Amino acid sequence: MQVTLRVFRYNPETDKKPHYETYQMEADPTDRILDLLEHIKGYIDGTLSFRRSCAHGICGSDAMRINGRNYLACKVLVRDLGSAKITVEPLLGMRVVKDMIVDMEPFFVHYRSVLPYLVNGDPAPKQERLQSPEQRERFDNTTKCILCAACTTSCPSFWANEKYVGPAAIVNAHRFIFDSRDQIGAERLKILSNQFGVYRCHTIFNCTEACPREIEITKAIAEVKNAIATGKTE
Amino acid sequence: MNVHQFDVIVVGAGGAGLMAALYASRTANTAVLSKLYPTRSHTGAAQGGVGAALGNIEEDHPEWHTYDTVKGSDYLGDQDAIEFMCYEAVSAVYELEHMGLPFSRTPDGRIAQRPFGGHTNNVTGKPVRRACYAADRTGHMILQTLYQQCIRNQVNFFDEYQVLDLLLVNGYAAGVVAMQLSTGELHVFHSKSIIFATGGHGRIWEITSNAYAYSGDGIAITLRRGIPAQDMEFFQFHPTGIFKLGILITEGVRGEGGILINDLGERFMEKYAPTVKDLASRDVISRAMHLEMQAGRGIGGQRYLYLDVRPETVNKYAAIDGRLRPDGSPYAVTSGEILSKLPDIIDFCRTYLGVDPVTQPMPVQPTAHYAMGGIPTNKFGEVVIDEKNTVLPGLFAAGEVACVSVHGANRLGTNSLLDLIVFGKHAGLRAAEYANGAHFIPLPADADDFARSQLDALLHNDGKERPAKIAEDMKKVMNDHVGVFRTQTGMEEALTKLGELRERFRHVKVDDHGKIYNTDWLNTWELGNLLELAEVTTAAALARQESRGAHARDDFPKRDDTNWTKHSLAWQSTGKIELRYKPVVITKFQPKERVY
Repeated sequence: MQVTLRVFRYNPETDKKPHYETYQMEADPTDRILDLLEHIKGYIDGTLSFRRSCAHGICGSDAMRINGRNYLACKVLVRDLGSAKITVEPLLGMRVVKDMIVDMEPFFVHYRSVLPYLVNGDPAPKQERLQSPEQRERFDNTTKCILCAACTTSCPSFWANEKYVGPAAIVNAHRFIFDSRDQIGAERLKILSNQFGVYRCHTIFNCTEACPREIEITKAIAEVKNAIATGKTE
Repeated sequence: MNVHQFDVIVVGAGGAGLMAALYASRTANTAVLSKLYPTRSHTGAAQGGVGAALGNIEEDHPEWHTYDTVKGSDYLGDQDAIEFMCYEAVSAVYELEHMGLPFSRTPDGRIAQRPFGGHTNNVTGKPVRRACYAADRTGHMILQTLYQQCIRNQVNFFDEYQVLDLLLVNGYAAGVVAMQLSTGELHVFHSKSIIFATGGHGRIWEITSNAYAYSGDGIAITLRRGIPAQDMEFFQFHPTGIFKLGILITEGVRGEGGILINDLGERFMEKYAPTVKDLASRDVISRAMHLEMQAGRGIGGQRYLYLDVRPETVNKYAAIDGRLRPDGSPYAVTSGEILSKLPDIIDFCRTYLGVDPVTQPMPVQPTAHYAMGGIPTNKFGEVVIDEKNTVLPGLFAAGEVACVSVHGANRLGTNSLLDLIVFGKHAGLRAAEYANGAHFIPLPADADDFARSQLDALLHNDGKERPAKIAEDMKKVMNDHVGVFRTQTGMEEALTKLGELRERFRHVKVDDHGKIYNTDWLNTWELGNLLELAEVTTAAALARQESRGAHARDDFPKRDDTNWTKHSLAWQSTGKIELRYKPVVITKFQPKERVY
């Protein structure tokens, strides 16, 4: 089939402002959008710039806006879009550096702010710390995060105020708050109860829809809100 | 010139790099340089598990793990290093758990384990549950956990820095030169120890499970500096890649009872590996698949077979095999259990194939997966540069880029993640120890010259050749002639074509002449690495006149222990490939015929 790609272009070294370029090409319905971008880069215009690595939805490099919604370009196929007209743009709410490449640093600052690591001050046993399958299941959902930023950059609250830690950071806090082996959940809850924490979430569900890992993000945020309210993480 | 100084520089931020950084940073000023954000590293794509004889579900011993690994390596692995890895495995896995890794759990709260290819009870010969797993995203969990702990320990990261060159001064490692991708500026990192943990080079082949980033940078950089590459002819083809795309379907599928089926509906692995059948090691299964397809028994005569994990199929063959649950009851699964143990691969199949593995079989074909070869090291991660294992002071390598050699001619599933954590840790420890007893060696004023000349050569080329086309042609040549089965004429033809491609590469045209995120330039530089490694791989394969592990040829169908129980070392610094050999370390297990 013939497809038309309308692609956001901005080269800070040559362009005063962004513009869109249009590319026509032959595509299979099962082609990934990433395949189409690779085709442009490889055979039409090598200056087209985007991040990518694993090409199957695991590394989180190629989150971008496709037909107005956040996807990983490697995890959405032409047939999934239901249209031969495809618009590709960088993530919203982030500074565009070049074409689809945005400045990810503020995203990782928010991530690091929630203490996204296990802390357990007890002496480690000789073998594993025991954890029942039920305790493990409690935070399974949020272990899947690949830090692609699709959720945070789809959130109107984040667009409104970039100081909001955003859904991805809360997901990564959740992953430890509800891990039976961790001991500093209270500290994370305190961080997330501040004015740029969980209460910025207005349950709009964009994050959940955008997540390429099918994490129930809005639910996770609600659980964190509830833990703050009740002081309980069971 | 931007110059930075650290005691230890780690190049690459996958499992091995992060583990090395965690350990080195305890006692030495350490920085990690990575061309990707660390969590984008390819360790994250590993699925099925990490091998360790914990014995959580049934009897198991590090000694059995050692033997299985030696046998899996087709007796080309160094047995001292393998023994070291398999005994270290147990504490290494507990350590990951203590760091927070969310392993799946047994009903009594311990780390869950599943069967994997080539891992056996050494008394009965039957599969043993040795793969410690976190659903089918074990690599993702390892990568995330190590990165989290690096953040906690405030490790220095230089994200999106592409290392281009290694600096050697008077035979000592003294630093690296890297490009900051966001600015295009070159930076010199002056250091006492350097650890390469840059991963593999599976992007040489057309059908591959490997990430775009897997362009063999570490081996190409060290080759250019006169350091040899070891055992490059041994590259693993994983049996179950998604048809055409090459995306990996974990061996854990077969661990959970999945079966390979040909066009006649036969479970063909019975013929090739009567005892462990679908859980034979990967080289054996990939070859069997190749033979089935060659005989016209691919599905509909095409280049794929079925991997069937539908509960009715799993339960049927589990009953035939007499497979039992840990409590002694007959093994049986429900679709819900399949879904909970293999969520990601089910998601892949639904996304890319529109196939639901719970109700339909998956079309699969062998996919280029893992480099057994790489930068030669000893078991402490120290790089060794000749037949006598002479150490190059200050230089270390760990993970897929390194060749210790614990995988020999064929790696067992779950041993790659194990390799990363064990040798990443020990390379980190040894690199810090070395740095703490060493001085900074003064760098020459023109330290970044060689990197800059590579940068300029590609940028200012006036040729017409598109890098993407050269890459396409290289991948096809390698898939056609240097894949699962190899022939003399095929490999000779490949060498000729690769020579032509190298010539075309000299006239390559880069469209992007900018400095900021010039990924056009970067991808072209990476292609240069891949071309070099494709040539070295093919030359080493052509020279090895036997079949062993992943290296199978029609004209020398048998393993030749008399002449070929030795590691190859390839040098390429002068543009011409020179091959020499060094002995394999054999301690407890004398080579014998390999039957599964």
